[in-house]
Amino acid sequence: MSPDAPEGEARIVTERLAKRFGAFTAVNEVSFSVRRGEIMGFLGPNGAGKSTLIRMLCGLLRPTSGRAEVAGLDVARNPERVRAVIGYMSQKFSLYNDLSVIENLRFFGGIYGVRGKRLAERVEFAIEMAGLAGRADTAVADLSGGWKQRLALGCAVLHQPPILFLDEPTSGVDPTSRRRFWDLIYALSEQGVTVLVTTHYMDEAEYCNRIALINRGRLVALGSPSELKRGAAEGRLLLVECDDVGPLLEALESAPGVRDVAPFGSSLHLLVDDPAADIPKIERFLAARGLGWTRVEPIKPTLEDVFVRLVGDGRLEEATP
Amino acid sequence: MKARRVKAIAKKELIQVWRDPRSLMIALLMPLMQMALLGYGVNLDIKHIPVCAFDREASQQSQALLKRFQASNYFRVVEAVGSYQVLKDALDYGRCKLGVVIPPDFSERLVDLEAAPVQVVLDATDDNTASIGLGYAQEVVSGYSGDIQLVSWQRQGTLAQNPPAVVQSRVWFNEDLNSRNFVIPGVVAMVLALVGAQLTSLTISREWERGTMEVLISTPVTRMEVMTGKILPYFAIGLVDATLCLTIAVYWFEVPFRGALATLFLTTSLFLIVVLGVGYLISVAIHSQVGASQIALVVTLMPTMLLSGFAFPIDQMPWPIQAVTYLVHSRYYVTILKAVFLKGSGLVALATPISLLALYAAAIAFLAARAFRKTLD
Repeated sequence: MSPDAPEGEARIVTERLAKRFGAFTAVNEVSFSVRRGEIMGFLGPNGAGKSTLIRMLCGLLRPTSGRAEVAGLDVARNPERVRAVIGYMSQKFSLYNDLSVIENLRFFGGIYGVRGKRLAERVEFAIEMAGLAGRADTAVADLSGGWKQRLALGCAVLHQPPILFLDEPTSGVDPTSRRRFWDLIYALSEQGVTVLVTTHYMDEAEYCNRIALINRGRLVALGSPSELKRGAAEGRLLLVECDDVGPLLEALESAPGVRDVAPFGSSLHLLVDDPAADIPKIERFLAARGLGWTRVEPIKPTLEDVFVRLVGDGRLEEATP
Repeated sequence: MKARRVKAIAKKELIQVWRDPRSLMIALLMPLMQMALLGYGVNLDIKHIPVCAFDREASQQSQALLKRFQASNYFRVVEAVGSYQVLKDALDYGRCKLGVVIPPDFSERLVDLEAAPVQVVLDATDDNTASIGLGYAQEVVSGYSGDIQLVSWQRQGTLAQNPPAVVQSRVWFNEDLNSRNFVIPGVVAMVLALVGAQLTSLTISREWERGTMEVLISTPVTRMEVMTGKILPYFAIGLVDATLCLTIAVYWFEVPFRGALATLFLTTSLFLIVVLGVGYLISVAIHSQVGASQIALVVTLMPTMLLSGFAFPIDQMPWPIQAVTYLVHSRYYVTILKAVFLKGSGLVALATPISLLALYAAAIAFLAARAFRKTLD
């Protein structure tokens, strides 16, 4: 686990960044860096500290200790200069519901100092990007979730910020809209925009260049999705398919060679040391106890396996919308 | 401070007010309703006090005196009673506020030019009405006795020898002693204080409540720009409201306006800065719209009602309360408005309250500019 970006110019750097609210530690000494054009995903359960972290990077919360730099600027010392070079989509709704599409865009244009011909171009671009052509005068309140999210992104990038913070941008949006949203993020990344995005969707995390796994304020793993999967469990994960998960789950916890058992729908994932030797042992173990199964076979781990393994005590809350 | 950002915020704010029925009602309907309610409701004039007459003589003279009560605007003789008991009941049941008792030897004593006592019994549960009623009753009786004296002097031909000293009173500024003239300028101050604070109390809390504040403070906008952009549109609305209220005062309630429009505009602008600033400060502190609006109501309504001199004269208050009135923003504006309306006072005569109001506005603007913080901590 390396805190440094693999290559390129670091645009976001934190060193032992921490935030405490009274006795509660929301973010606990987190260090990482994100390079130019990279899409960095923060994956973790609700309340893990993702939003607190992003708010510190936007200068909305003062770090209790540690340091954070955005575009080479210390966020605690230069919050205003940081704000000029970032775009931010908050977890809460970021747009004015009672304003129309065009009124929202013009408002943010005015706030960010985008004017004249450039404003017209950017507004047109944002409307196009959000798929709202011909609906510029619609009140935002009347738009569906996917449109609102894309428009919020349009507002956040109206001033073409080199760094973009997105806090759970696709929560509550249907899968098609989520996919469209990610296409936009890829396009921005290709133009060199650095993106830091939080999510609790596993599939979404797979889209990121690198993932930081965060739990209870701590950074528990950092790497590309394939790195994480390799490092955590690859080659040592078994799938057990069965009719009734409950009794097997309980029994397998004390089975020989099994280090961890986790239910995945109507099957179980077992973490073992040596799959080749362990499969027959497990089959014998289950047969001896009269427990039925359909099959036991090695599988490739998913990010959820990594997460379950590293976070330990369970999976993501609200993993499905 | 960048004009472009201020303009963006002000424009957004105006659109939001225009589309929010609640804000629109506060901005346009509330001043009208308040002017009507308070303008008609707060009436300090005491007229047509119900009177019971206990005429124990029933002579031409006693009836003449009672006719004077009846003829006066201040009284209305509602009942003639035949005993003290009935008179007491009439007062108890509230059928009258005042009883006039004329003794059985009233006309005899008058003929003898003796002092003829007339008893006045008052219901003093409302001491203000009672003492004013007593004053008017004394006036009626002394007018009557003066005329009697005049007649007897004429008969005796001694008129020229003994002219009594007479007070000739001239009432200035509110010649008709019409309390409406005195109350309405205060009502205007009250309406502006109320509406102004209500309007801005929603402006910051609305953004917190709807979640838009988080994005707004993540932009490079400064707190001065936020304050200016948020207050400017309400200042314009406030001026519209002020014009509306003052027009109603002059053309509907017919309060004489003797001052200069420029003085009125200047002082109204200062007062608007104060009340809008107070609402803004509340809005910054309270992150819920309902909460902010409630606090704005309490903070402006009670002090303005009781301590601004709008209805209760400040110099009649005990000194600790008088000291507190200096903190009440509407005190200065009420003083100024009354003077500009009724006396036609100008900037020089009003230098003290205007400078104090300006000082107040500067202090509130200073606090408002510093109050808003662009953090979630």
